[in-house]
Amino acid sequence: MSAEDLLEKIKVIIREEESVEGADVEKDAAIATEGLSVSYNGRLAVEGVNLKFRSNTITAIIGPSGCGKSTVLRSLNRMNDLVPGARVTGKVLFRGVDIYSKDVDPVFIRSRIGMVFQRPNPFPMSVFDNVAFGLRVNGFKLTKDEMKKRVQEALIKAALWDEVKDRLDAHAYSLSGGQQQRLCIARALAVEPEVLLLDEPTVSLDPISTSKIERLLVAIKHDYTIIIVTHNMQQAARVSDYTAVMMTDENLVGRVTEFGPTKEIFTSPKDQRTEAYISGRVS
Amino acid sequence: MGDQILIRDQVDRRRSDLKRWLDRIVPVVLSVGVFFGVTVLAALVVDVVLEGSHRLSLNLITNYPSANPAEAGMRSAILGTIATVGLSAVICIPLSIASAIYLIEYAAGKRWAEVLRYNIANLAGVPSVVFGVVGLGFLVYGLGVGRSVLAGAFTLAILTLPYVTVTCVEAIKTVPEDLKFGAYALGATRFQVVRSIILPRALPMMLTGGILGISRAIGEAAPILVISGLLFIREDPTSLFDRFTVMPLQLFNWISRPQPAFRELSAAGIIVLLLILLALNSLVIYMRYRLYRRLEAT
Repeated sequence: MSAEDLLEKIKVIIREEESVEGADVEKDAAIATEGLSVSYNGRLAVEGVNLKFRSNTITAIIGPSGCGKSTVLRSLNRMNDLVPGARVTGKVLFRGVDIYSKDVDPVFIRSRIGMVFQRPNPFPMSVFDNVAFGLRVNGFKLTKDEMKKRVQEALIKAALWDEVKDRLDAHAYSLSGGQQQRLCIARALAVEPEVLLLDEPTVSLDPISTSKIERLLVAIKHDYTIIIVTHNMQQAARVSDYTAVMMTDENLVGRVTEFGPTKEIFTSPKDQRTEAYISGRVS
Repeated sequence: MGDQILIRDQVDRRRSDLKRWLDRIVPVVLSVGVFFGVTVLAALVVDVVLEGSHRLSLNLITNYPSANPAEAGMRSAILGTIATVGLSAVICIPLSIASAIYLIEYAAGKRWAEVLRYNIANLAGVPSVVFGVVGLGFLVYGLGVGRSVLAGAFTLAILTLPYVTVTCVEAIKTVPEDLKFGAYALGATRFQVVRSIILPRALPMMLTGGILGISRAIGEAAPILVISGLLFIREDPTSLFDRFTVMPLQLFNWISRPQPAFRELSAAGIIVLLLILLALNSLVIYMRYRLYRRLEAT
């Protein structure tokens, strides 16, 4: 498939999607960054990121490898705190509060902003216990029945319930890769976060599993704010309402080069390098 | 053109000849190492069994040491070993696990934690008699604990602490980062991650390290010789402040006597010591198997 064909295909996908006209991103931002920069051991990785993620939409962050997409994502729920040598400056506003201000507890932030990782990482325990894990560590006082109900709801949202309802006690490792990843989504949803971050969630999965996950994301977006990092541009086009494109400059520092409704990004990119990237001339 | 191909062909063949030769010689070299160890051990065991097996009797375990080899036993030494080594394990294993968790999970990435970690590894190489002297100076005289079971147990505990801590650190490192991040991302606290993710996965290896540490403590004579100084005791240790002796010291006592009967007794004692070690190691293997099976159960 040539680059032009690919771009054409993406445009078709976009047109089929519902349009997101009249979006007032300013007002509805569930989470926003202001002048976000991240460095690792003194080396700047990402600089000056200003993004507003609108409530109940899916925003994709795309860009070539090493441009800092995952770094930005990890800054949104303070997972970078766990990386030795990482330093975050600037603001990340969640419900208007800077999550990096001193009186904010990162543990609380992570329970409100869930995350799904590149490779499925279920815990070495049963399917049920995996989903219940978040509820237990967050100190939810639930009866057995309430717990069962919450686990079931999360598994239904993650489109996994039908496949595992008869084997909730089975070890999570007995599931397929795609099922494990949906289990990780269910695990994150069970805590009922407001924002769900996904870091290239389908990169290790086959096309069928990928499509299942994409469909479930679109299905649940009305209850959450979803931010997905991907380097699969067709995936961004298929699932997202907004797209941010990141590129590295000559010093390998990542920046956002373009941000807006997905439709506009893919049909009329303003930035030359963005255009080159999404039409496949730069990878 | 044709010449070039020919040359490359020869080079390739020579290199693959070398590789094949290396491939054949390496296992031979490696197995020499194994055979050397096994042969020495086998010779030792055979020698000990030949000399001591006819002295193996219940008396050996139930009687106190005596000047009459026919009645001599190592009851006080066995009890002394059980008391000191058992207590040292109770002190050492939790401390080691706690230090390892602190160093890896709480002080991660801090320069001083790295320095501390390498120094702990160095401590594992300090001669055991040095720990004995430290115990004598600090515990026996400094704190006035006396030449007691308590002093012996603490000395053995600090002696095995570095080794066990190092294995606990390695055990924690085997827990995949993925799993920890997964738990943190759900809003788990550091302690919750340690308790529900790290410990269940690292515990089998930690216990292995702990019990290997105990095995080492059982065989230690030098530090106990400094602490206890006694080779001949005809009393059970009944409290933490009683004087005591241990099996290696009892064996040392017997070996150093001129009569051949005592040499045979010491051989029999070595068999008892080896059996206890064997039992402990089997326990480790069994526990590890049980814990892993629970972890990987489907």
